[in-house]
Amino acid sequence: MKLVLKGGRIIDPSQELDIIGDVLVSDGLIAAVGDKIDEPGADVIDARGLIVAPGLVDMHVHLREPGLEAKEDIASGTKAAAAGGFTTVCSMPNTRPVVDSAILVAGMLQQAKEEGTVNVGVIGALSKGQEGRELAEIGDMLLNGAVAISDDGHYVESARLLRTGLEYAMMFGGIVISHAEDETLAGDGFMHEGAVSAMLGLRGRPAVAEDIAVARDILLAEYTGGAIHIAHVSTAGAVECIRAAKKRGVRVTAEATPHHLTLTDAVVIGFNTATKVNPPLRSVEHVEALIAGLKDGTIDAIATDHAPHAFEEKDMEFRYAPSGFAGLETAVGVILTELYHKGKLSINEVIESMSVAPARILGLAAGTLKTGAAADIVVIDLEKEWTVDSKNFYTRGKCTPFEGNTLRGKAVATIVGGRVVMQDGEVK
Amino acid sequence: MTKRQVSLRGKNILGLQGMTIAEMELILDSAREMKNIIDRDIKKVPTLRGKSIVNLFFEPSTRTRTSFELAGKYLGADVVNVTTSASSVVKGESLRDTLLTVEAMGVDIIVMRHEAEGAAEFAAASVNPVIVNAGDGAHEHPTQGLLDIYTIREKKKAIAGLKVAIIGDVLHSRVARSNIWGLLKMGAEVRVAGPRTLLPRDIEKFGVKVYDRVEPALAGVDVVNVLRIQRERQQKGLFPTPREYARIFGINQERLALAQPDALVMHPGPMNRGLEIAPDVAYSEQSSIQEQVKNGLAVRMAILFLVLMGGKDIETSA
Repeated sequence: MKLVLKGGRIIDPSQELDIIGDVLVSDGLIAAVGDKIDEPGADVIDARGLIVAPGLVDMHVHLREPGLEAKEDIASGTKAAAAGGFTTVCSMPNTRPVVDSAILVAGMLQQAKEEGTVNVGVIGALSKGQEGRELAEIGDMLLNGAVAISDDGHYVESARLLRTGLEYAMMFGGIVISHAEDETLAGDGFMHEGAVSAMLGLRGRPAVAEDIAVARDILLAEYTGGAIHIAHVSTAGAVECIRAAKKRGVRVTAEATPHHLTLTDAVVIGFNTATKVNPPLRSVEHVEALIAGLKDGTIDAIATDHAPHAFEEKDMEFRYAPSGFAGLETAVGVILTELYHKGKLSINEVIESMSVAPARILGLAAGTLKTGAAADIVVIDLEKEWTVDSKNFYTRGKCTPFEGNTLRGKAVATIVGGRVVMQDGEVK
Repeated sequence: MTKRQVSLRGKNILGLQGMTIAEMELILDSAREMKNIIDRDIKKVPTLRGKSIVNLFFEPSTRTRTSFELAGKYLGADVVNVTTSASSVVKGESLRDTLLTVEAMGVDIIVMRHEAEGAAEFAAASVNPVIVNAGDGAHEHPTQGLLDIYTIREKKKAIAGLKVAIIGDVLHSRVARSNIWGLLKMGAEVRVAGPRTLLPRDIEKFGVKVYDRVEPALAGVDVVNVLRIQRERQQKGLFPTPREYARIFGINQERLALAQPDALVMHPGPMNRGLEIAPDVAYSEQSSIQEQVKNGLAVRMAILFLVLMGGKDIETSA
């Protein structure tokens, strides 16, 4: 089966490519990228006026399977990914049970193969049951398909445990992903600590809780020589800490989410539980620091931290609602509207941070249109205007702080292994 | 009553931050007329006859609940109290479902006290009866704010230009927040003082003057509003001991002498005598603590009246 994407602007930062041309897909692989490719009998997608890029890679999602299927499962979560232009998503292990052994990694991969619309990378837990006490079987997981190790959702409070986890993971070329918020400072808070929390009376999660955690994690990575990736960076202090560490040659990478890059804590006014997330939405100076960090390469990747919850869980008093919300189906629109169209990021930088960089950090065979690579491709319409309506989401997590927003830019086709899995918003 | 442009008919009373000066003044003026009713031998008027009010309290409260209950009854409404221990909440029912159940019984006003910030907003977005916030977590307690402002206005005539010191646990206090928004709007200078661990970070951004020590905060003020200190704050490590609190931050006669000679002393209750306030201050000539309770009843009568009847004559039946 052959497919040609005709006349699009082909952007592939993995080979510094930015041309108008055609992409030929054959047998699930990229067969050729170039000018005027005519392949008799091939299916054709007219990509004129559109961006053709390596499929987007989200290195931080919660698919909720096994055990939390009221929120999401692999089928619904990967459909949401396809709708959003993602061809690979990496699932965090905070499920029931926690993915903390090779057999669970294998089970996830098997389920993803059967039920998944897009590729799924599986992230294994750092500690057994994510309880922060004993190391999980990191080696066995990494040797059997896990793409990274993380206790995401929890900060690894014990410095000794993180140290051993970093040392252990590095033997297998594995990277540790840290959810960095010091719980003794942030633990009982519900939102960013600052003027808005002072006004609303909600207990705060201070920015310094994240700064401290990031600093400690970086120092341990530096000391052990292990690789650490800081998930969902949200503070100016963390950005500065990562920037300085990168200059020293520490093996640290970082991601930021579309919501932390574009929203402030002011949206919490009114107590909409769709604005509750950890780390919390911060004040404007932090948002500006994040964008600057993304621009100068301190922050490598954009990841959604897609964290769906069931309706009844979010339909609560603010302090009782769980943190997190869906992100896969709004990410492209939000990033293009707020960063690309406002001149803060080029489209090349957007593709780099949403596809090439996360693939590189995790060592995935993704994020490229090189000949011979798997044909994982996204087609993006930079100008398409649309209104966020969670009723139309494929995810079960019908909750987003962007509800009702009019966005400019959307993925209009997603191709996984040469197969068109989404076209014009319809997942097949 | 004089004719006014502003009406509160059908409006939810969620907080003073979202209330206009005209709305606050309407309530304060109506409360003055209500206070006359409370002083009568026979207090009941038929104004809200046939109306029903549910006091939905998710947190223990005696004075606020009683105050709302009497306010409704003096105006002739049917008033029912629902507290969490007696309701389906302990069985795990969601707030929305509890509210829908109450709504289905045809009530006109839900007076709600809840431990979670924003619960009143949630209620207002969920059901049709008028929501009167009787305190939501550390967020707002608008009727307390209004009764405090009423008390100050009654004694000091005008709010604008007054210096008001709020002393104590501002961080966890809905009373403090409602006072701050209301007083700032009406032109008072608002000072807060207390242990730094009990003051919200960035509160000065709203135009409040922040003091670490109570003495400079009290200098020359017209009103001292002393907040309740909950013992659990000490257990959480936010101040070392009640003894130290009383010695450094407690309002005693010596410290009160730094304020204006006729400064008004207020406390929302219930008091910890000997902790945040010395007994001889609480019972002094300057204290308006008992008057606050009476004014609270008047303010709540005014609110119940205004949200259901708009600005009609208090004495006539519906």
